[in-house]
Amino acid sequence: MSMKVGDQVAELRVTPGRFLPHRYAGASGDFNPIHIDDEFAKAVGLPRNILHGLYSMGLVAKANAAIAGGDPRALKRLSVQFRGMGMPEQEIVVSGTVKSVDGDRVVVDTVATQGDTEIIKNAEAEVEL
Amino acid sequence: MSLKTDAIGKEWPGTTYQVGREKIKEYANALEIENPVHFDVEAARAAGFRDVVAPPMFAVVYSGPALGPVLFDPEVGMNFAAMVHGGQVFEWNEPVCSGDEITTTSKCLSIEEKDGKGFYVFETVSVNQDGAEVVRGTWTNIVRGV
Repeated sequence: MSMKVGDQVAELRVTPGRFLPHRYAGASGDFNPIHIDDEFAKAVGLPRNILHGLYSMGLVAKANAAIAGGDPRALKRLSVQFRGMGMPEQEIVVSGTVKSVDGDRVVVDTVATQGDTEIIKNAEAEVEL
Repeated sequence: MSLKTDAIGKEWPGTTYQVGREKIKEYANALEIENPVHFDVEAARAAGFRDVVAPPMFAVVYSGPALGPVLFDPEVGMNFAAMVHGGQVFEWNEPVCSGDEITTTSKCLSIEEKDGKGFYVFETVSVNQDGAEVVRGTWTNIVRGV
Protein backbone atom coordinates (compact mmCIF):
# COMPACT_ATOMS: atom_id res chain seq x y z
CA MET A 1 0.00 0.00 0.00
CA SER A 2 1.38 3.43 -0.82
CA MET A 3 0.46 6.46 1.23
CA LYS A 4 1.12 10.14 0.80
CA VAL A 5 1.25 13.12 3.10
CA GLY A 6 -2.24 14.18 4.14
CA ASP A 7 -3.83 10.76 3.63
CA GLN A 8 -6.31 9.77 6.33
CA VAL A 9 -5.89 6.51 8.21
CA ALA A 10 -9.09 4.46 8.48
CA GLU A 11 -10.95 5.50 11.63
CA LEU A 12 -11.19 2.99 14.46
CA ARG A 13 -14.36 3.22 16.57
CA VAL A 14 -14.65 1.20 19.77
CA THR A 15 -17.06 1.47 22.69
CA PRO A 16 -15.35 -0.16 25.67
CA GLY A 17 -17.91 -1.95 27.80
CA ARG A 18 -18.54 -1.41 31.49
CA PHE A 19 -16.23 -4.27 32.43
CA LEU A 20 -13.56 -3.65 29.80
CA PRO A 21 -11.24 -2.02 32.39
CA HIS A 22 -11.44 -5.20 34.47
CA ARG A 23 -10.70 -7.33 31.46
CA TYR A 24 -7.80 -5.10 30.45
CA ALA A 25 -6.51 -5.12 34.05
CA GLY A 26 -6.32 -8.90 33.88
CA ALA A 27 -4.72 -8.90 30.44
CA SER A 28 -2.15 -6.24 31.28
CA GLY A 29 -1.54 -6.87 34.98
CA ASP A 30 -2.37 -3.26 35.93
CA PHE A 31 -4.90 -3.46 38.78
CA ASN A 32 -4.72 0.18 39.89
CA PRO A 33 -8.13 0.63 41.63
CA ILE A 34 -8.89 3.91 39.81
CA HIS A 35 -9.58 1.70 36.77
CA ILE A 36 -11.61 -1.08 38.33
CA ASP A 37 -13.21 0.28 41.51
CA ASP A 38 -15.82 2.95 40.84
CA GLU A 39 -16.18 3.89 44.53
CA PHE A 40 -12.42 4.23 44.98
CA ALA A 41 -12.19 6.36 41.83
CA LYS A 42 -14.93 8.71 43.11
CA ALA A 43 -13.27 8.90 46.54
CA VAL A 44 -10.09 10.23 44.92
CA GLY A 45 -12.02 12.86 42.95
CA LEU A 46 -12.56 11.16 39.61
CA PRO A 47 -16.01 11.15 37.97
CA ARG A 48 -15.98 7.33 37.91
CA ASN A 49 -13.55 4.48 37.23
CA ILE A 50 -11.51 5.43 34.17
CA LEU A 51 -9.92 3.57 31.30
CA HIS A 52 -6.25 2.61 31.42
CA GLY A 53 -4.27 5.08 29.30
CA LEU A 54 -2.26 2.17 27.94
CA TYR A 55 -5.49 0.51 26.78
CA SER A 56 -6.31 3.63 24.74
CA MET A 57 -2.71 3.62 23.47
CA GLY A 58 -3.28 -0.01 22.47
CA LEU A 59 -6.20 1.14 20.29
CA VAL A 60 -3.97 3.80 18.72
CA ALA A 61 -1.39 1.07 18.00
CA LYS A 62 -4.09 -1.15 16.50
CA ALA A 63 -5.38 1.62 14.22
CA ASN A 64 -1.87 2.30 12.95
CA ALA A 65 -0.90 -1.37 12.50
CA ALA A 66 -4.07 -1.71 10.40
CA ILE A 67 -2.52 0.41 7.62
CA ALA A 68 0.05 -2.40 7.23
CA GLY A 69 -2.66 -5.09 7.27
CA GLY A 70 -2.27 -5.62 11.03
CA ASP A 71 1.31 -6.92 10.69
CA PRO A 72 2.75 -6.79 14.24
CA ARG A 73 6.22 -6.00 12.78
CA ALA A 74 4.99 -2.83 11.05
CA LEU A 75 4.74 -0.49 14.04
CA LYS A 76 8.28 0.75 14.77
CA ARG A 77 7.63 3.55 17.19
CA LEU A 78 4.64 5.07 18.96
CA SER A 79 4.74 8.19 21.10
CA VAL A 80 1.64 9.48 22.91
CA GLN A 81 0.51 11.99 25.49
CA PHE A 82 -2.34 11.05 27.81
CA ARG A 83 -4.64 13.99 28.47
CA GLY A 84 -8.37 13.85 29.13
CA MET A 85 -9.49 10.74 30.98
CA GLY A 86 -11.03 7.91 29.00
CA MET A 87 -14.36 6.56 30.26
CA PRO A 88 -15.96 3.14 29.86
CA GLU A 89 -19.25 2.96 27.95
CA GLN A 90 -18.44 5.91 25.66
CA GLU A 91 -17.32 5.56 22.07
CA ILE A 92 -13.61 6.13 21.34
CA VAL A 93 -12.70 7.38 17.87
CA VAL A 94 -9.09 6.96 16.74
CA SER A 95 -8.18 8.95 13.65
CA GLY A 96 -4.90 9.72 11.95
CA THR A 97 -3.31 11.69 9.13
CA VAL A 98 -0.04 10.91 7.36
CA LYS A 99 2.48 13.56 8.37
CA SER A 100 5.55 12.39 6.44
CA VAL A 101 6.69 9.62 4.13
CA ASP A 102 10.27 8.38 3.82
CA GLY A 103 10.59 5.38 1.50
CA ASP A 104 8.44 2.64 3.04
CA ARG A 105 8.20 4.41 6.41
CA VAL A 106 5.29 6.69 7.17
CA VAL A 107 4.71 8.86 10.21
CA VAL A 108 1.07 9.23 11.22
CA ASP A 109 -0.30 11.94 13.51
CA THR A 110 -3.01 10.25 15.53
CA VAL A 111 -5.60 11.32 18.07
CA ALA A 112 -8.11 9.39 20.17
CA THR A 113 -11.27 11.20 21.25
CA GLN A 114 -14.41 10.56 23.27
CA GLY A 115 -16.98 13.16 22.30
CA ASP A 116 -15.19 16.51 22.62
CA THR A 117 -12.44 15.13 24.87
CA GLU A 118 -9.07 14.20 23.44
CA ILE A 119 -7.97 11.24 25.56
CA ILE A 120 -4.76 10.75 23.58
CA LYS A 121 -3.18 13.67 21.81
CA ASN A 122 -0.01 14.32 19.86
CA ALA A 123 0.31 10.62 19.11
CA GLU A 124 2.93 9.94 16.49
CA ALA A 125 3.24 6.49 14.94
CA GLU A 126 6.05 5.33 12.70
CA VAL A 127 4.86 2.48 10.49
CA GLU A 128 6.79 0.42 7.96
CA LEU A 129 4.60 -0.52 5.01
CA MET B 1 8.71 22.83 47.85
CA SER B 2 11.68 21.49 45.97
CA LEU B 3 11.63 18.23 44.17
CA LYS B 4 13.87 15.37 45.21
CA THR B 5 16.13 14.57 42.27
CA ASP B 6 18.65 12.12 43.80
CA ALA B 7 17.38 9.23 41.68
CA ILE B 8 18.29 10.78 38.30
CA GLY B 9 20.56 8.29 36.53
CA LYS B 10 19.72 5.46 38.91
CA GLU B 11 19.37 2.03 37.29
CA TRP B 12 17.37 -0.93 38.54
CA PRO B 13 18.17 -4.62 37.96
CA GLY B 14 16.20 -6.57 35.39
CA THR B 15 12.97 -8.46 35.80
CA THR B 16 12.34 -11.46 33.56
CA TYR B 17 9.04 -12.39 31.91
CA GLN B 18 8.24 -15.71 30.20
CA VAL B 19 5.95 -15.08 27.20
CA GLY B 20 3.14 -17.59 26.68
CA ARG B 21 0.51 -18.23 23.99
CA GLU B 22 -2.51 -17.91 26.28
CA LYS B 23 -1.35 -14.54 27.66
CA ILE B 24 -0.86 -13.18 24.14
CA LYS B 25 -4.35 -14.41 23.27
CA GLU B 26 -5.84 -12.78 26.39
CA TYR B 27 -4.19 -9.45 25.54
CA ALA B 28 -5.22 -9.55 21.87
CA ASN B 29 -8.80 -10.39 22.86
CA ALA B 30 -9.00 -7.44 25.29
CA LEU B 31 -8.00 -5.12 22.44
CA GLU B 32 -10.16 -7.02 19.91
CA ILE B 33 -7.14 -7.58 17.67
CA GLU B 34 -8.17 -10.29 15.24
CA ASN B 35 -5.04 -11.18 13.22
CA PRO B 36 -4.63 -14.99 13.55
CA VAL B 37 -0.84 -14.64 14.04
CA HIS B 38 -1.72 -13.76 17.67
CA PHE B 39 -3.84 -16.90 18.21
CA ASP B 40 -2.80 -19.68 15.87
CA VAL B 41 0.72 -21.10 15.83
CA GLU B 42 0.40 -22.34 12.24
CA ALA B 43 -0.72 -18.91 11.01
CA ALA B 44 2.14 -17.32 12.95
CA ARG B 45 4.73 -19.71 11.45
CA ALA B 46 3.32 -19.20 7.96
CA ALA B 47 3.88 -15.47 8.46
CA GLY B 48 7.52 -16.08 9.43
CA PHE B 49 7.34 -16.05 13.24
CA ARG B 50 8.82 -18.70 15.56
CA ASP B 51 5.54 -19.05 17.41
CA VAL B 52 2.38 -17.05 18.19
CA VAL B 53 3.53 -13.41 18.09
CA ALA B 54 2.58 -10.63 20.52
CA PRO B 55 0.88 -7.42 19.37
CA PRO B 56 3.31 -4.47 19.76
CA MET B 57 1.55 -3.00 22.81
CA PHE B 58 1.91 -6.35 24.62
CA ALA B 59 5.15 -4.56 25.61
CA VAL B 60 3.24 -3.26 28.65
CA VAL B 61 2.76 -6.83 29.89
CA TYR B 62 6.43 -7.81 29.97
CA SER B 63 8.07 -4.42 30.58
CA GLY B 64 5.52 -2.87 32.97
CA PRO B 65 6.44 -5.07 35.97
CA ALA B 66 10.01 -3.73 35.84
CA LEU B 67 8.65 -0.30 36.81
CA GLY B 68 6.94 -1.53 40.01
CA PRO B 69 10.05 -1.31 42.21
CA VAL B 70 11.01 1.96 40.50
CA LEU B 71 7.75 3.79 41.26
CA PHE B 72 7.86 2.73 44.92
CA ASP B 73 11.60 3.32 45.41
CA PRO B 74 11.99 5.70 48.40
CA GLU B 75 14.96 7.27 46.63
CA VAL B 76 12.59 8.31 43.83
CA GLY B 77 10.14 9.46 46.51
CA MET B 78 7.15 9.80 44.21
CA ASN B 79 3.76 10.61 45.69
CA PHE B 80 2.02 7.68 44.06
CA ALA B 81 -1.48 8.82 45.07
CA ALA B 82 -1.09 12.07 43.07
CA MET B 83 0.52 10.43 40.05
CA VAL B 84 -0.88 10.23 36.53
CA HIS B 85 0.64 8.61 33.46
CA GLY B 86 1.42 11.62 31.26
CA GLY B 87 3.12 10.16 28.23
CA GLN B 88 4.56 7.03 26.73
CA VAL B 89 6.92 6.10 23.94
CA PHE B 90 7.71 2.61 22.68
CA GLU B 91 10.30 1.79 20.02
CA TRP B 92 10.11 -1.76 18.73
CA ASN B 93 12.78 -3.99 17.28
CA GLU B 94 12.77 -7.80 17.29
CA PRO B 95 9.20 -9.25 17.47
CA VAL B 96 8.20 -11.01 20.71
CA CYS B 97 6.85 -14.55 20.40
CA SER B 98 5.51 -17.19 22.77
CA GLY B 99 8.44 -19.00 24.39
CA ASP B 100 10.59 -15.86 24.56
CA GLU B 101 12.14 -14.86 27.85
CA ILE B 102 12.24 -11.08 28.09
CA THR B 103 14.45 -9.24 30.57
CA THR B 104 13.67 -5.58 31.27
CA THR B 105 15.96 -3.12 33.04
CA SER B 106 14.94 0.39 34.14
CA LYS B 107 16.65 3.73 34.50
CA CYS B 108 15.57 7.15 35.74
CA LEU B 109 16.24 9.61 32.91
CA SER B 110 15.03 12.83 34.51
CA ILE B 111 13.04 14.42 37.34
CA GLU B 112 11.94 18.00 36.76
CA GLU B 113 9.49 20.47 38.18
CA LYS B 114 7.23 22.42 35.80
CA ASP B 115 4.21 24.51 36.81
CA GLY B 116 4.09 22.97 40.28
CA LYS B 117 4.11 19.44 38.90
CA GLY B 118 6.83 16.85 39.04
CA PHE B 119 7.76 15.17 35.75
CA TYR B 120 9.43 11.80 36.27
CA VAL B 121 10.83 10.14 33.16
CA PHE B 122 11.94 6.50 33.23
CA GLU B 123 13.34 4.28 30.50
CA THR B 124 12.91 0.54 30.20
CA VAL B 125 14.97 -1.60 27.85
CA SER B 126 13.72 -5.11 27.12
CA VAL B 127 15.89 -7.80 25.54
CA ASN B 128 15.06 -11.38 24.59
CA GLN B 129 16.87 -14.61 25.47
CA ASP B 130 19.32 -14.03 22.59
CA GLY B 131 20.23 -10.58 23.89
CA ALA B 132 18.37 -8.83 21.05
CA GLU B 133 16.53 -5.64 22.02
CA VAL B 134 12.78 -6.05 21.56
CA VAL B 135 11.46 -2.76 22.87
CA ARG B 136 12.59 0.45 24.52
CA GLY B 137 10.00 2.33 26.56
CA THR B 138 10.02 5.92 27.83
CA TRP B 139 7.49 6.42 30.62
CA THR B 140 6.53 9.93 31.80
CA ASN B 141 4.70 10.14 35.10
CA ILE B 142 3.33 13.44 36.35
CA VAL B 143 2.79 14.13 40.05
CA ARG B 144 0.47 16.98 40.95
CA GLY B 145 1.23 19.41 43.75
CA VAL B 146 4.91 18.80 44.41
